[in-house]
This record gives sequence, C-alpha cells and structure tokens, in this order.
Amino acid sequence: MTTPRVYKTEAIILKRINLGEADRIMTLYTPQLGKIKAIAKGARRPGSKLGGHIEPLTHSLIMLARGRNFDIITQTQTINSFLPLRNDLWRTTWGLYACELVDSFTEERLANRPIFDLLLNTFNWLCEANNGENILRYFELHLLNYLGYRPQLRQCVTCNSPLQPIPNFFSPHQGGVLCPNCGLQEPVARPLSVNALKVLRLWQNSDYTTARRIRINPQLASEIEQVMREYIRYLLEREVKSTAWLDKLRQETQRIVVDNLTKPN
Amino acid sequence: MGADSIPIAEPIARLIAEFNKLPGIGPKTAQRLTYYLLRVSNEGAKTLAEAILAMKEKVSLCSICFNIADSDPCLICRNEERDQTKICVVEEPLDIIPLERTKKYKGLYHVLHGVITPTEGVGPDKLKIKELLHRLQGGLVTEVILATNPNLEGETTAMYLQQLISPLGIKVTRLARGLPFGGDLEYADDITLTRALEERREA
Ligand SMILES: [Zn+2]
Ligand SMILES: [Zn+2]
Repeated sequence: MTTPRVYKTEAIILKRINLGEADRIMTLYTPQLGKIKAIAKGARRPGSKLGGHIEPLTHSLIMLARGRNFDIITQTQTINSFLPLRNDLWRTTWGLYACELVDSFTEERLANRPIFDLLLNTFNWLCEANNGENILRYFELHLLNYLGYRPQLRQCVTCNSPLQPIPNFFSPHQGGVLCPNCGLQEPVARPLSVNALKVLRLWQNSDYTTARRIRINPQLASEIEQVMREYIRYLLEREVKSTAWLDKLRQETQRIVVDNLTKPN
Repeated sequence: MGADSIPIAEPIARLIAEFNKLPGIGPKTAQRLTYYLLRVSNEGAKTLAEAILAMKEKVSLCSICFNIADSDPCLICRNEERDQTKICVVEEPLDIIPLERTKKYKGLYHVLHGVITPTEGVGPDKLKIKELLHRLQGGLVTEVILATNPNLEGETTAMYLQQLISPLGIKVTRLARGLPFGGDLEYADDITLTRALEERREA
C-alpha cells in the first residue's frame, strides 16, 4: 500500500527518543500500517502543540506528512490519554511492558489489526486493574498468537500424544508442551504443573471476560510468568528490558511491606 | 561518509568528525564550523581550545548535590543562607538554570543525572537516588520538591521517589502544575516556572 503525501491515522504511542535539540522520534502502532516511526519537531518545548498528545501510553489521532527518512508528525489530537495508567507507578510499568513487547516483536509497516486492538484493550483493562499480572499474561498469549508463535498446549510437540493431567514439561525451543516421556529427554525443557497448563489453556482459548474470572495464587502466577518469560526470551533472543524494572519494583514493594511489619508501632 | 570518498586533508576531516559527535550538529554544520575555524587567527583558535580544556579541568560534579560546579561543594551547597530544609530534585544540571533564574527558590538541589526509563533499561540504580536518600537521613530536610520533567519518565521517577521518601515522614511535593505535559523543564519560561513553584502540590 502506498501512502499519500499527507495522511491521517489512529495510533498508539509505543516509544519516543530525543533527537537533536527539541525533536523526538516517535514509534507508533497503527491499525492500518502497523508500526511506523515518525518525527515530532519541537515536541520537547513546553509550548509545542504536539507535546502531550504523543506521550507513550496515549491513543491519538495523528496527521503525518511523508518525509525522506521518517514521516513527519504535523498535527495530533488525543483520543484517550489513559490517566489511570499514568497516575499509578505499577500500571505505568505494566503498560510500558506491553508497549515494549509490541515494539520488540513487530516489523515496521506490517499491518496487524488484531495487535492494535489487543494493545488498546489491554490499556483499558489495566486502567481498572489492581493487579495487572494476569492481564499481562493474557496479553502475551494473544500477542504471540497474532504473531504466529501460539504455544502448543493441547498435545506433546514431539510425539503428538494428547497431554494428560499430570506434571508435563514446557520447551521454549519447540514452542509448546512436552509429555513426561519426551520432556525428560529434552534438557532445556522446564517442568510445568497441571494447574499452570490448565490456566494457560484457558487464557489462550477464552475471551477476556471469561479469562479475568480466574483467581490464581502467587506461586502459580509466578510459575506461569516464568514460563512465558522464557518463551519470549527465546523468541526475541534477548531479555525484555522493562522486566528488570518490574522485578525491581516488586522487590522494593515487598521490602516496604516487610519493613512495615517489623516496625514496632 | 563524505570524508571517505572525497579527499579532504586529514586534520580537517578529523575536526569535522569531532564536531559531528556534538548534539544537534549534523554533517553540514560540522563542515561549516570547521571551515570557519580554518579562517580564524591562530590566537582565536587557541582561545577556543583552551576554553574547552579549562572547562574539563576545572569543572566537576558537586559531591553533595551532583550539580556541575567549579568547586566542591558547589556554590549553592556552600551558601548557608539558602534554606537547608528544602531539596529540589531535578533530572539534569541544566534544569537548575531556569529554576535559579526565577529567584523564587532559596532551597538546595539534587541532580539525578537521568530519569527512570524502563524500556531503555535505565533503572533507579543508574541515577543518584541512593545519594539523595543519604542526604535525607540527617533529619534536617522537611520538604523534597520533585521537579522532574512533566512527561512519562519524569512522572514515573517522581512516583517512585515519592514511594521511597514519604515513609521517612518528609513532605514530598511535585512541581508539575502549570507545566504542559510532554515538555522539557529546560525550555520552560520564568512565569510558568514561578507559578509551578508557588503552586506545587503534595505528591
Ligand atoms: Zn511426547
Ligand atoms: Zn552542590
């Protein structure tokens, strides 16, 4: 699809980096063009009309003019600035993680409408969430699905036998679950509990309204997070950068809780 | 690029390359500056070179507030007339200049040297946050004013600092009001900044 000289698109702002004195290079995710990069001239000056409309975690309407290397943002208008996301340290972190994942997995100018919708929905869900971890797992599973990396959770990826409700294995390399027989022969596979497999399957196959009803204990949540993190690390061949901040935040919040408990009143 | 394909005298190509590394200077400007200096007197070139060297030799970071200074502690930290009970936290040394220009703020500063940027892997450990918490231990400080930029990273850093400092029983205020979201403090005008200082709210 060739884009006209001037065009208008909806976009979710994934990322921005500073350029020169007062400009920014923006990474946008759009419904029809997929990921695009564009320049916002003078966006760092407080008087700029562009400024607040092109902060990460914003859903905006954007006018662009075709440029030589990058397209240039000429006008913006905020559709939703997701204030509940922005006003909370945890929600901001979850939202940024979702943005980084979309940015890491997608190529420029390769449209994938379901990913746009999923990211937008995820922001909305996170706005109301006290614990966004389950939402992030749901987001990861469906994002991987739309990218063609849907993990195989029904039958053993090696011998094709249907999986039994017993402890199995997960192999990031093979993109799915291994039965106990095959799992023991694959040195990089990690054990996968019965409950973790159940929850993963349910999240993978249901809509959000159904998925959100599941309550899981912290231990199971942590197991599922590790499984997904290993799979994503394998696919990207690197760590997702914002997980370090997520872990740090968790660590410190735990410390504060512990401090309060040990403090004599 | 150009320096490889077109035969340019090595010392000139080298200076162009050096200018090209500076922020906001592209290849064209780098060339223009170099050819300008070519025509300058030896005296003029020497003055410029010496100014750069002197700046590097005599300027370092204040070991208390981490502002750029020509003495340690810096002039602000040494000035006993400044309000020792207030610390204003900024991202970069440059952010202090507009705040000082308002002449409304009489407290001390603390420069973080960056801002939490999760997607770039910049966490609190890479900023002068430990050093800030250390300064707060004396019990002298009663208010910390968070003057990080009013954008996503600035807000994230401010929310994080607030979470760390509030339990210490110190009042934490945020400078953001009046400053448009998404802008840089460095470019804010005096009136906006003065109002932002006067109307700072509890974080
Ligand atoms: Zn098998
Ligand atoms: Zn100082």
